[in-house]
Amino acid sequence: MKKVIRRNSVLRIVVIGVAFLLSFSTSLLAQDGDPAAGKSLFNTYCAACHNLDRKMTGPALRGVGDKYERQWLYDWVHNSQALIKSGDADAAAIWAEYQPAVMTAFPQLSEADIDNIIAYTMQPKEEPKTAEVPGVVGGATGGGQSGIGNNVILAALILVFGLLVVMLYLVNKTLRRIAEANGVEFAYAESEKRMPIWKAFVKNQFLVLVSVVFLLLGGAYFAYGYMMQVGVDQGYMPVQPIHYSHRIHAGDNQIDCKYCHSSARVSKTSGIPSLNVCMNCHKSVMEVAPETATAEHSKEFYDGEIQKLYKAVGWDVDNQEYTGKTEPVKWVRIHNLPDFAYFNHSQHVTVAGVACQKCHGPVEEMEVMYQYAPLTMGWCINCHRETDVKMEGNEYYEKIHEELSKKYGVDKLTIAQMGGLECGKCHY
Amino acid sequence: MASNKKYWKSVEELNPNSSIVETLKQNEFVEEIPVDEFLGDKDTLSSSSTTRRDFLKYVGFSTAAASLAACEGPVKKSIPYVVQPEMIIPGVANYYATTIADGYDFANILIKTREGRPIKVENNKDARFGSGANARVQASVLGLYDSLRVQGPKHNGEFVSWEDLDKAVVAGLNTAQNAGKKIVLLTQTFASPSTTKLISEFKAKYGTVEHVVYDAISEDAALNAFEAKYGVRALADYDFSKAEVIVSFGADFLTDWQGGGFDSGYAKSRVPAKGKMSRHIQFESNMSLTGSNADKRVPLTPAQQKVALAKFYGYLSGQGASGDLPEAVDQAVKNAAAQVARAGKNAVVVTGIQDEDAQTVVLAINEMISSVVMDVKAPKLVRKGDVKAVSQLVKDMAAGNVGVLITSGVNPAYTLPNAAEFDEALKNVGLSVAFSMKEDETSVQTTYIAAAPHYLESWGDVEMKKGFFGLIQPTIRPLFNTKQFQEALLGWTGIGMNYHDYMKSYWEGSILGGSSWNQALHDGVFTGVSVIDEAASEEVDQLVPVSVAGAVSKLSKATADGMELTLYPKVGMGDGQQANNPWLQEFPDPISRVSWDNYLTVSKADAEERGLENYHVANGGLNGSYANVTVNGVTIKNVPVLIQPGQAKGSVGLSFGYGRKAGLKHEMQTGKNAYLFYGGFNPVQTVTIEKAGGDDHEFACIQLHNTLMGRGDILKETSLEIFNTKNSREWNKLPQVSLNHNEVDASTVDLWNEFDRSIGHHFNLSIDLNACTGCGACVIACHAENNVPVVGKAEVRKSRDMHWLRIDRYYSSDETFEGDLETVEGISGLGDSLSTFGEMEHASENPQVAFQPVMCQHCNHAPCETVCPVAATSHGRQGQNHMAYNRCVGTRYCANNCPYKVRRFNWFLYNNNDEFDFHMNDDLGKMVLNPDVTVRSRGVMEKCSLCMQMTQKSILDAKREGRPVKDEEFQTACSAACGSGAIVFGDINNKESQVAELKESDRVYHLLEHIGTKPNVFYHVKVRNTQEA
Repeated sequence: MKKVIRRNSVLRIVVIGVAFLLSFSTSLLAQDGDPAAGKSLFNTYCAACHNLDRKMTGPALRGVGDKYERQWLYDWVHNSQALIKSGDADAAAIWAEYQPAVMTAFPQLSEADIDNIIAYTMQPKEEPKTAEVPGVVGGATGGGQSGIGNNVILAALILVFGLLVVMLYLVNKTLRRIAEANGVEFAYAESEKRMPIWKAFVKNQFLVLVSVVFLLLGGAYFAYGYMMQVGVDQGYMPVQPIHYSHRIHAGDNQIDCKYCHSSARVSKTSGIPSLNVCMNCHKSVMEVAPETATAEHSKEFYDGEIQKLYKAVGWDVDNQEYTGKTEPVKWVRIHNLPDFAYFNHSQHVTVAGVACQKCHGPVEEMEVMYQYAPLTMGWCINCHRETDVKMEGNEYYEKIHEELSKKYGVDKLTIAQMGGLECGKCHY
Repeated sequence: MASNKKYWKSVEELNPNSSIVETLKQNEFVEEIPVDEFLGDKDTLSSSSTTRRDFLKYVGFSTAAASLAACEGPVKKSIPYVVQPEMIIPGVANYYATTIADGYDFANILIKTREGRPIKVENNKDARFGSGANARVQASVLGLYDSLRVQGPKHNGEFVSWEDLDKAVVAGLNTAQNAGKKIVLLTQTFASPSTTKLISEFKAKYGTVEHVVYDAISEDAALNAFEAKYGVRALADYDFSKAEVIVSFGADFLTDWQGGGFDSGYAKSRVPAKGKMSRHIQFESNMSLTGSNADKRVPLTPAQQKVALAKFYGYLSGQGASGDLPEAVDQAVKNAAAQVARAGKNAVVVTGIQDEDAQTVVLAINEMISSVVMDVKAPKLVRKGDVKAVSQLVKDMAAGNVGVLITSGVNPAYTLPNAAEFDEALKNVGLSVAFSMKEDETSVQTTYIAAAPHYLESWGDVEMKKGFFGLIQPTIRPLFNTKQFQEALLGWTGIGMNYHDYMKSYWEGSILGGSSWNQALHDGVFTGVSVIDEAASEEVDQLVPVSVAGAVSKLSKATADGMELTLYPKVGMGDGQQANNPWLQEFPDPISRVSWDNYLTVSKADAEERGLENYHVANGGLNGSYANVTVNGVTIKNVPVLIQPGQAKGSVGLSFGYGRKAGLKHEMQTGKNAYLFYGGFNPVQTVTIEKAGGDDHEFACIQLHNTLMGRGDILKETSLEIFNTKNSREWNKLPQVSLNHNEVDASTVDLWNEFDRSIGHHFNLSIDLNACTGCGACVIACHAENNVPVVGKAEVRKSRDMHWLRIDRYYSSDETFEGDLETVEGISGLGDSLSTFGEMEHASENPQVAFQPVMCQHCNHAPCETVCPVAATSHGRQGQNHMAYNRCVGTRYCANNCPYKVRRFNWFLYNNNDEFDFHMNDDLGKMVLNPDVTVRSRGVMEKCSLCMQMTQKSILDAKREGRPVKDEEFQTACSAACGSGAIVFGDINNKESQVAELKESDRVYHLLEHIGTKPNVFYHVKVRNTQEA
């Protein structure tokens, strides 16, 4: 017991000390707040509905500290509806403008937290960093220079070779002249008597036969190769009506594939997400972060593509509402199995737990989507031969697994052993 | 030395002046070579300046251009939803419960939709009434995508807006009301409580309103008889599953008699269980589906049927009855009466004679024996038509008493016997509006065509049987600018509600009794208290007892004045409202196996008397004479004649539903309109027939008229007595083959090593020949599920029909199949065998009939698989015989090697081909295609896959949910469609499954067992209850 009491007192001292320090620090920053802390709070709690400079679900918040009294702001953030009901004129005005969107009450935010957020909102608007643009341009020119450099080297090489040829010719000419001067005769006539090589070739019937056979074989080989790639669109990378970057979504932002392609879980098609799925995020994500831009595509380019989405779905950014005027997006289909082959995504994704990347490649790195796999039958079959069926925890497989593994004397079963190579499993 | 001997090939060549020989010398081909149109016109061809060289240049260039252009693959676009509906996941089917109530067919069904498109009709297992979807209901989904539907309201052939139409109609209604003229609603039987209420409100507003209910094929006599006896205008319901003895006088109750829907109950009583099954005796004139299922069928002319019914009543009641019948028939009637008397309350008597006396007598008999089969407390409400009112209406219209005529769901200008009078009278009607899906015979004549939605786009409710409700809900947004009758009526009545809300509030107030509306809508069916109770109960007390004795004596005096014609609805076509449905047109009649036609069925004796004949031509097609048929001064010329075994001598039959012209594609305008003979709405008419000259008619017949010739091997049947008393080895003989000079069971000998199929699923299909009534719902279900193409009449005639599932119909040339066997065994010597087999091909006057659904038998040792040069057909371990279309090169070797003839070859491209202008040739019709099944191209073989796509889906669903597959989840389209339980599908490795149990039955046999194909489809020996007395 005594020990406990002692520990408690120690703890109490520590708590009081920390509280004191904290209160001291807050009192120091009172009314000012810490913009850095405010930014992180803002992004956590506010950014879903507010932007600093643009009206979203709620009003733009830059300079909000000047518009309202601090106490009013505390009340508003803690419970806006109560404030509205209390008959406050300012609150009523906001409600009139933004209803029926109700602002979430944040009683967990202390006044200090709110101060921090306000401090963040009070920061002056950053001017677009023009300095960066020359940097980018400079980089591009640098790249260009290196390209030109290669060409220069090539041109120089060609020049050198040309010079060498000319020099050789001149040397030869000079040597010949010296030889003539020295009275050396050339055996021109002898070479004329020699049989031309093509004639010799024609005369050698065996050689003709062999080469014809080789030609035919070679021709057949290439013809076969050509035929087999007809209809195989591996690497097909069409230009899409909206430049949608899987790199940004699946790579940078780590969005799960099945968030957008949700029907892959339950259906045969993975589904192209309908535009309302895009709007789940893009209602608040109206522009890309500056660091998203690459050498190839600028921030303005990406922002423009988001505008295309708004146009297609009929979203009025200024008024934050749907206009009802939609223009469905005509995506170009990339992966296209022929109609006589049945493929079911849910079988592979949900039942087998195959990663999307296994067939679709490193989608999270693709700026522009392309067909990664050949999608040929041989490719399907190979995988079915090599891959073990994922049976653990699936009651469906219990009996059949037990029986089949006894039959084949193995612990794991490939899809082929389960009958996954039968024609009728995919063709009906 | 060369001889100058003259060789000749024909006598004609010896004639020096022969023009034919001269022509032959000049031309390589006697006839112009049939090339396509571009070369067909000889003048244009010879005047053309294109030389052969130029032509070849063009060909070369275009080929090169085409191949260059083809190098670039087509760019396919994918357009996702902008806002995806929550319930729709692309690639996953949704099911909605709804009800069909088109005035002829009534059934609670489920609709399978894919990506928002209804693609298939399924049975609603919650339905507590009727038999589920028949062939027409199965096919009705295609009607939604009919390219000839009216796409919006029309006036004088021009599209108008609904506002204009409404304005004009309201004005017309007011004018008529003020002028004191009648406003008539001429409609189908809706059997809809909310519509009844709505019409009464409409009446209240406009006063002079009259509601005339019109059934194209009337059940007026039965309705009147029932009304006179029980006070409700309805029809008695029958539950044949409770029946031990069924006696039917001309009632084709397995098809559409009194609204149909009796077959599943009937089938239940037909399967022998514990040594018992029902006994069915049928007296009829046409060979009907019901008669062909009967244990004993007595062919009688309609007049004889009446007498037989009278005598039956006499024998049963012990009062005796006069009347003249052939002795054998009289004995049969006596026996039937004795059997009914013995069975007592477990017997039932039904009749299809459209005569109030006959219907009254039958009701009296069933009451006398207090039959448990008949249900008069909750009668059927699916027929309400009143022929007197309809006849009166035509008179009123002609007299100019009708100011406004509004029709819905009826086509009187086609279905009325006096259609010409109706057309004339329609001109005297001030304003006429036809709610119609088509520009049909009626709607083209009315002032306005109110474009009506398909039932899959409509709301509605039905009370098919008292207290048994069904709900109709849309399964797709209206494809066109349509409005349903009730919706328009609400507008005209000035009720500011849409029909859904109106119906919902009515249901919540009067029917649901506190139950959930959403649940009722979800189930599609609801059992509650009927609203017609209060109205009817008062009247019952005032009923005048009907004199049965008088009716019986009238019946017993029935005589025929010459040949009698019985008009009947065909299984596929019904009353003809779906005549533009290619599935139904190509659907072969279960009895005659003729598709794309109606015809006069004539008995052999009558045909010979009049010189009418049927014969086969070289390509296997059936030809038949034409006859001119006259009834009451109306003559239809050139009606094709089909000699129908079992047709009662002195009677002929002709089916309704054909001979339509308006609103039909050219190819569907088949047959003759039998409604012209439907004078007085009596399907039995006195008729004169004479042979018409000219060419004979070419039938498109799927299976020809040959007999079984004693090959009991493919169709096995026995009698109940033998079945009960003898060992199965006697009545279900295993064929014997010789092995090492010993006779052994064929099933024990095998060329192949057996593959171990005990692991995983092993699918089997069981077909019970006792339960199968031959209704054909499975055939259409198979069509819809598997994208089976329609090929048209000419191709069917060439035996190029594509049905994956056919229902073979076999006649026995003797009265029984045993008789056939005895005859065959009695043959001695070659000469005798030739003549006897020849004789056996002549069907007897009253043959026995058996139906046998045949699809790919999925042989474990399949002859087709071993002969395919490219291994396009192969076997799966689950028992199915797979067919990889894209691998097939079309040698047709497999079809030749198939002993069951179930493989179908695509002789042409049947989709996107103007030569086959059916549903697969237009964008609308293609919406019915099942996206999970490949649409086959030209030059490949196809066949039943045991609905691989369905079993694969069931397995995947189970895998995804991590559970074993339940037995009932494994279905094929045919097994799911079979309301009578004849077709059962499942996994025999699951010992608890129904099919595994069925396989243990001693009735099981395989088709052509002696050839050792080991099929995965098995049949159950047909047992007939031949007990005579």
